[in-house]
Amino acid sequence: MTAIRIEGLQKFYGSVHALDGLTLSVDEGTIFGFLGPNGAGKTTTIRMLTGLAHPSGGKAWVAGEEISQSHTVAARIGYLPEEPAFYTWMTPLEFLDHVGRLFGLVSTERKQRALELLERAGLAQARKRRIAGFSRGMRQRLGLAQALVNRPEVLFLDEPVSALDPAGRKDVLEMIEGLRGQCTVFMSTHILADVERVCDTVGIINQGKLVVEANQQELLGCYTLPAFELEVDPDQEEALRAWTDTLITSAWVRSAAVDGTVVRLVVKNVQAARSALLSQALLAGLSLRRYEIVKPSLEDVFLRLVNGNEAKQ
Amino acid sequence: MNLLTSLRKELLEQWRTSRLLIVVIVLVVFGLSSPLVAKYTPEMLRLIPGAEQFAGLVPKPTLLDAVNQYIKNVAQFGILLALLLSMGAMAVEKDKGTAALMLVKPLPRGSFLVAKFLALALSFLVAVALAGLAGYLYTLVLFGPLDGSAWLNLNAAMWLEMVVYVAITLLFSTLLRSQAAAAGLGLGAILVISLIEGIPGIGQAMPGRLVAWGAAPFMGAIVNPWPALVTCLAIILTCLLAAWLAFKNQEL
Repeated sequence: MTAIRIEGLQKFYGSVHALDGLTLSVDEGTIFGFLGPNGAGKTTTIRMLTGLAHPSGGKAWVAGEEISQSHTVAARIGYLPEEPAFYTWMTPLEFLDHVGRLFGLVSTERKQRALELLERAGLAQARKRRIAGFSRGMRQRLGLAQALVNRPEVLFLDEPVSALDPAGRKDVLEMIEGLRGQCTVFMSTHILADVERVCDTVGIINQGKLVVEANQQELLGCYTLPAFELEVDPDQEEALRAWTDTLITSAWVRSAAVDGTVVRLVVKNVQAARSALLSQALLAGLSLRRYEIVKPSLEDVFLRLVNGNEAKQ
Repeated sequence: MNLLTSLRKELLEQWRTSRLLIVVIVLVVFGLSSPLVAKYTPEMLRLIPGAEQFAGLVPKPTLLDAVNQYIKNVAQFGILLALLLSMGAMAVEKDKGTAALMLVKPLPRGSFLVAKFLALALSFLVAVALAGLAGYLYTLVLFGPLDGSAWLNLNAAMWLEMVVYVAITLLFSTLLRSQAAAAGLGLGAILVISLIEGIPGIGQAMPGRLVAWGAAPFMGAIVNPWPALVTCLAIILTCLLAAWLAFKNQEL
C-alpha cells in the first residue's frame, strides 16, 4: 500500500522553480528519508503535502486522499516543522490537551494521551512548566509529541534533528525509530548519518527534482564500488608493495593504491577478484589483519548523485 | 466544535498574558476617574499656584460634564487598546509559526480567525461593562442618578465602535506578517474614519455617530443611530470576510 504518492508536483515562485515535477511514492509503514542539499525543495514539498502551501502543478495523495481536494486528511496526519513554535504561556500538558481538543478527543482520552506522549518524550517531569523556559531539545521533543496526539497514519518531519546537539539528536532519533511499524514517517533532512540510522527508504532531491528513490540497502548496493581493501601486519609493508606490483598485471585488476600497510584495489571483475585475492595473498606470505569489500556510505552515494546530477545540468 | 476550542484558547491567552487585565484596568481607571476629574476640576485649578483666577471661570460641574469626560476618555483609550491588542493577533502567529502548526490539524482557517475576533470582542465587552459600572457608580455618588438604560446604550455604542477597530486591525494583521505594519494601517484607518466623520451627510453614518447617539439622551438631543449602526456592522462583516478570503489562500 502507498501512503504518499506524488505525481509531477511543481511549485514556482516567480521564475524560481522550487519543485520541478517531483514524482515519488512512499510505502505504508516505512520511514522515508527525504534527502537533499539546502534549497533543494524538501520543506516546500512537506508544506504542500500538509496543505500549508499550494502546488503550481501536479498532484499528490496522502493516506489515499488527494491533498487539494480533501478536508479530512488533516485528521490523519502529523506534522513537525523544522523550528516548532508553541504558545509559550501554556504548559506542555495544556498544549497537548489543546491539540487533543482539535482532534476531537474526549477528556479522559486527551489526558491519558498527553501523559503518555510526555512520558515518551521525556517531558513528564516538566509537564507543568511553562514552554517558554524549554530548551531547543525539549521543544523539539514536544513538537514530536504534539504531532503524534492523533496517532497519525502519516507523519511529516521537517529536519527534525538538524539544529540539535548530539544528545538531543539521539533522543529525537530514538523517538522516531520507535515509530517504525506504527505509522509512515516522511522525514526530510540533510544529515546523512541520521538517515542511515533510521530510514528504510531514501529519496534524494536536488534542484526540485528527484534524483533517486530506493530502499537504503539497495541504494548502497547499487553504488557499491568494485573495490577491496587488505591490511597486513606493520612489518610487511615492503612485502605488500612487492605483491601489489605483481598483482597490477592481473587482468581483473583496474588499479591499486598502497597506503602504508593497506592496499585498496579497484577491480574489473568482482567474482574473479573474490576467488583470487585471498589465495594469492597467502601464497605471497602476507599475514592479513583485514580483508573487506569496500562499502560506500550514504554520504558517498549522495555526493555522487547530487554532484553527478549538477554536472549533467 | 473547533471554533469553541480555538475560542477557549484565545480567551485563556487573553487571561494568562494579562491582556484582558490590562484592558480592564485601563478602561475601569478611566471609568472611575472621569466623573472625579469633572467634579474636581475647579478645585484642582484652585490648588495650582497662579491658576486660581481661572477656577472662577470654570462653570459648576454637572452630570453632563461627567458623561462627556467619560465618553472622551473611555472611547479614545478603548480604540487605542483595540488597535494594540489586535495588531499582532494574526501577524504574530503567522510569523512565529504557531498558525502553521495549528492549521495542519483539523482546524478550519475561518474558525482560527473568527475565534480571535470573538475573544477580542468579548474582552472589550467585559472591560467596557466594568468601566461602565465603575463610571455609573462614581457619577451616582458625585452627581446623582443617571438614566440607566441610556447609560447602557452609551456603553454598548462605545463597545461596538471599539469592535469596529478590532475588525479593521485584524484584517490588516491577516494581510501582513508584521504587527507594526498592521498597527500603522490601523492607525491610518482611525484617521481616515475620523476625517470622514467631519464631512456633513456621510459623517452621520460613521461609527463615531453611534457614540453621539448614546450620549444624546444626556444632552437632550435626538440622533438617528441606524445609519451608523448599519455602517459599523457592515465594516465588521466586510473586514472579517476580507480577512477570511485572504487567509484562506495564504501560504503559511
